[in-house]
Amino acid sequence: MDTDNLSQHISKQFNEDLENVREEVLAMGGLVEEQLTKALEALNQHDTELAQEVIDNDDRVNDFEINIDEACVKILAKRQPAASDLRLVSTVLKTITDLERVGDEAEKIARMAVEIAEAKESSPLNGKLHYGALQHLGGLVKNMLHDALDSFARMDTESAVKVAKQDKKADEEYDAISRQLMTYMMEEPRSISQVLDFLWAARALERIGDHAHNICEYIVYLVRGQDVRHLSWDEIHRLVKTRN
Amino acid sequence: MTQVLEEKTIEQHLADEKIAIEVDKLNLFYGDNQALYDIDMQIPEKKVTAFIGPSGCGKSTLLRCFNRMNDLVDIARVQGDINIHGDNINKPGVDVAELRRNVGMVFQKPNPFPKSIYENIAYGLRLQGINKRRVLDEVVEWALKGAALWDEVKDRLHENALGMSGGQQQRLCIARAIAVQPEVLLLDEPASALDPISTLKIEELIHELKNDYTIVIVTHNMQQAARVSDYTAFMYMGDMVEFDQTDKIFTNPSQKKTEDYITGRYG
Repeated sequence: MDTDNLSQHISKQFNEDLENVREEVLAMGGLVEEQLTKALEALNQHDTELAQEVIDNDDRVNDFEINIDEACVKILAKRQPAASDLRLVSTVLKTITDLERVGDEAEKIARMAVEIAEAKESSPLNGKLHYGALQHLGGLVKNMLHDALDSFARMDTESAVKVAKQDKKADEEYDAISRQLMTYMMEEPRSISQVLDFLWAARALERIGDHAHNICEYIVYLVRGQDVRHLSWDEIHRLVKTRN
Repeated sequence: MTQVLEEKTIEQHLADEKIAIEVDKLNLFYGDNQALYDIDMQIPEKKVTAFIGPSGCGKSTLLRCFNRMNDLVDIARVQGDINIHGDNINKPGVDVAELRRNVGMVFQKPNPFPKSIYENIAYGLRLQGINKRRVLDEVVEWALKGAALWDEVKDRLHENALGMSGGQQQRLCIARAIAVQPEVLLLDEPASALDPISTLKIEELIHELKNDYTIVIVTHNMQQAARVSDYTAFMYMGDMVEFDQTDKIFTNPSQKKTEDYITGRYG
């Protein structure tokens, strides 16, 4: 299936319903991306105001989820979608759950950014913890999220699989960061509470990578009708390469 | 996990089923117009198989081949074989009355005889020369129970069947069809003239009947096909476009024409 596919129903109303839902998901995705970007920026710049903005904006993400959810339920009730239409609705329902969680993780990062910024002056770690590794992980998962949404917009399974593959890298970077932070904690027990804030932020980023990965799996289901969750990479490649 | 990857094909599914009806290169003409083109299919035993497709695609025509109802159409000409439990029903010398006893049919509009409820069901047995009251009583009760109608009509068995509601009349027709214990039941739009509740009762009945009968149903209502059938065949302009498990057809059909039809993209 491709994106044109949505506009070819006999019922124009149905075309519009599906197209609206799809556009709303992309709008929600855009907002969540922005939330993540700002949260990372706030963390990096010790910008508590920006962090607060992210925290306040999480309600908008939640509203998106509720509204799209409702629109999908209405489509199910009124249109009884089948085949690719059904897969679209089911994919949207799952995707927005993951996007909402990404929103929550961004909010969590923003909260950590506030804590870290406020503790900065008094911290025994002051100047020691460098943000490079965290920002690198942040950049990686931000790209993953962006590319996942882009794959959804274009219904592109090959790029979705590419994005999903990067999740392993994000996991590895998270492991490296936690090892590094453990060393800090051992060296400087007084720093533990601040280091834990860092660790939570890193953990949130790693989770965002997982959500982007999930979204990519839904895209393969949407386009191919095949469930690729919990499959090995070899198997997924075989599926995506063979045309239906 | 690999079970997801190696999704069974329809051939593999059918290999696990006993086949009730086997259609081999069936062509049907109404005068000069060809209505069915080289239909090959296998209909599994004691399962529900639905035929869907736009008006005029040949689904009813194909259904009517299974008990040779097309014999009644002067200009219809049939080529090819249809084997029901191994016997070719199109070969010369087949006893068509016997075939139709074995392959019962229920039509779109309920068509009970203008007789009592009891006599509607006893009629087929009387034709076979069974007139013993005790036997008839037993079969009437059994058939009405089988058609989920007994409780509603047991106190008025001798009232005229035309006094029943449309949904009850249709279930009576199903009871009449199963009274002679056929192997196959053909249902041609059995619920299209009924209200939603009666429709659900018929669907529930179909679900129960498949324990004992091979059921083939033609329906315009795609949700109905999705709900009641195990296998679905999509037909278009006399061709069998796709035949697969119902779950597969309604979530991920392999042919674009099928997809367009079931998702309402069809002009």
